[in-house]
Amino acid sequence: MKDALVELQHITKAFGENVVLDDLSLAIEENEFVTLLGPSGCGKSTTIRIVGGFEKPDQGRVLFEGKDITDVPPNRRNLNTVFQKYALFPHLTVGQNVAYGLVISGKTDQYIRDKVRYGLKLVNLAGFEDRRIESLSGGQQQRVAMARAIVNEPKLLLLDEPLGALDLKLREEMEYELRNLKEELGITFLYVTHDQEEALTMSDKVVVLNGGYIQQMGTPEEIYNEPENAFVASFIGDSNIVPGKMVRDRLVEIYGVPFPCVDEGFGENRPVDVVIRPEDLILREPGAGKLDGTVISNIFIGVHYEMQVAAGGFEWLVQNTVSHPVGEHVSLDVIPENIQIMKRPASEDEEALALDV
Amino acid sequence: MKRQAFALPFILCLIASTVIPMMMVAYYGFTDRSGSFTMANILSVFQPVHLKALGLALGLSLISTVVCLLLAFPLALILRDSHLGRRGFIVFIFILPMWMNFMLRTMAWQVILERDGIVDSLLNFIHLPHAQIINTPAAIVLGMVYDFLPFMVLPIYNSLMKIDDSLIEAARDLGASSRKVISSVLLPLSVPGIASGITMVFIPSLTTFVISNILGGGKIYLIGNIIEQEFTTSANWNLGSGISLVMMLFILGSMAVLQRLDKSGEAELL
Repeated sequence: MKDALVELQHITKAFGENVVLDDLSLAIEENEFVTLLGPSGCGKSTTIRIVGGFEKPDQGRVLFEGKDITDVPPNRRNLNTVFQKYALFPHLTVGQNVAYGLVISGKTDQYIRDKVRYGLKLVNLAGFEDRRIESLSGGQQQRVAMARAIVNEPKLLLLDEPLGALDLKLREEMEYELRNLKEELGITFLYVTHDQEEALTMSDKVVVLNGGYIQQMGTPEEIYNEPENAFVASFIGDSNIVPGKMVRDRLVEIYGVPFPCVDEGFGENRPVDVVIRPEDLILREPGAGKLDGTVISNIFIGVHYEMQVAAGGFEWLVQNTVSHPVGEHVSLDVIPENIQIMKRPASEDEEALALDV
Repeated sequence: MKRQAFALPFILCLIASTVIPMMMVAYYGFTDRSGSFTMANILSVFQPVHLKALGLALGLSLISTVVCLLLAFPLALILRDSHLGRRGFIVFIFILPMWMNFMLRTMAWQVILERDGIVDSLLNFIHLPHAQIINTPAAIVLGMVYDFLPFMVLPIYNSLMKIDDSLIEAARDLGASSRKVISSVLLPLSVPGIASGITMVFIPSLTTFVISNILGGGKIYLIGNIIEQEFTTSANWNLGSGISLVMMLFILGSMAVLQRLDKSGEAELL
């Protein structure tokens, strides 16, 4: 079997009392776009900083192309980083910033000039060589930071929330550009973000982190459609998470009402968590669905209406292109394929234990 | 209008203690004892004795500025890298002598450096020959460095502290060794602090007469000593003012040059 490009083995890192990463293991294959996704403080930035060499793990090893680089300083690692706040050198011009790494590695003047021109062209900043950093907009600075990293032809590019400081429109544009850039360059991206949309749009593989543990790892579709636990379900997109009881295989009871589903292997009469995405809830005439209720709020948010329906003691979030006015009696229904069953951990310790395995 | 009224006492103070004395210096500088206009006081700076004192003052303050810079930059780097709690302590230790009287600090060196003083005795103890340090230009440079070093360290430290850690990490990430990080990132970005530091060491060194009096044994004349003597012993205010005006040109000139480098105004932080 081919070695992974980067392998994190049993990484543990604590800052004082605060354990940020707890026995984290992760492999990144060559030419993958891997995204670490999680709320702030989940350990995603620490993970990327350990790969970059800016933090040393308390325990565990970092392998790069099969070689242990845990103790190798950042300047001798074959990777480059695009920093959250860009970290461009304010005393150098755009061209000098992009050339920085090339000058240090002792390339010829001609090579550097060509490479800087190529790098700036790649990020749509051709001809910006002599501009001053402070004269650029946030989006342009972000591109310079990208160019500065990629002209060194690293095997691995680390991106630490590079779009965090940009406005929505620019961010969406940059998401596509990053994706294209990755295809063009054929280098491996390790991307860190707290924005689930960014993660789902760009990645080949999403790693959801929380509390120093990997909660789930998989393709964007897997993460969205089959969340493994309540954290992933609630963090990725909107969802209704309700307690249920797995009566037997393919039948779950929610607020006393039996719902057919497609999940098996949870045992009989076991308490479970049930996830239903708001866009999967169907609104029918009263009595025609499974759970009768009343619309208690309705807001128009662009593509669809977002409504809350009180039914069975829970306020369900429903997204629908058809508007139902507040006060209307409706009935909720859902097709079996859209019900996602998750094992319910008895306590947080058990949750941690289950994740450790 | 009302707000400006509050500034009035300060403006009066400023006029009384700066503007009027300056005008008086200018008046004395351009007149002779009888009160008629003359350029003689200004031109007296070209007398060999005065030229020598001016040259020596420029030379010694240049040397002490360079020595201060060489000591202060690494020290400021160490301060930047040390942990928060320890950093506060080191800065405190460093500023502590600044709270003591300037004359006392200089006189302490006299005791340390004099014949059969602490340094001499130590050298004697390890069977090394007597070292004549007191009453030499070297002693004056030592005094200048000791007295003015904090004024070099603090502005450099301030500008180093303003440099974001991520810039250093970016440089490391792009392949820079620790030494390269210093020469290509930390040094160029601390130029404003260095410029302020130079201003605040060079100018007081250039005009000092206390340090040269105490550590030079009254035998080494810097331009400051000449001016002082004209005002005191010789009671020739006209000549003293004339030379002072020439010194003012030097000071304004060097400040103009350094101000260009110090756009962010590190000096104001002291």
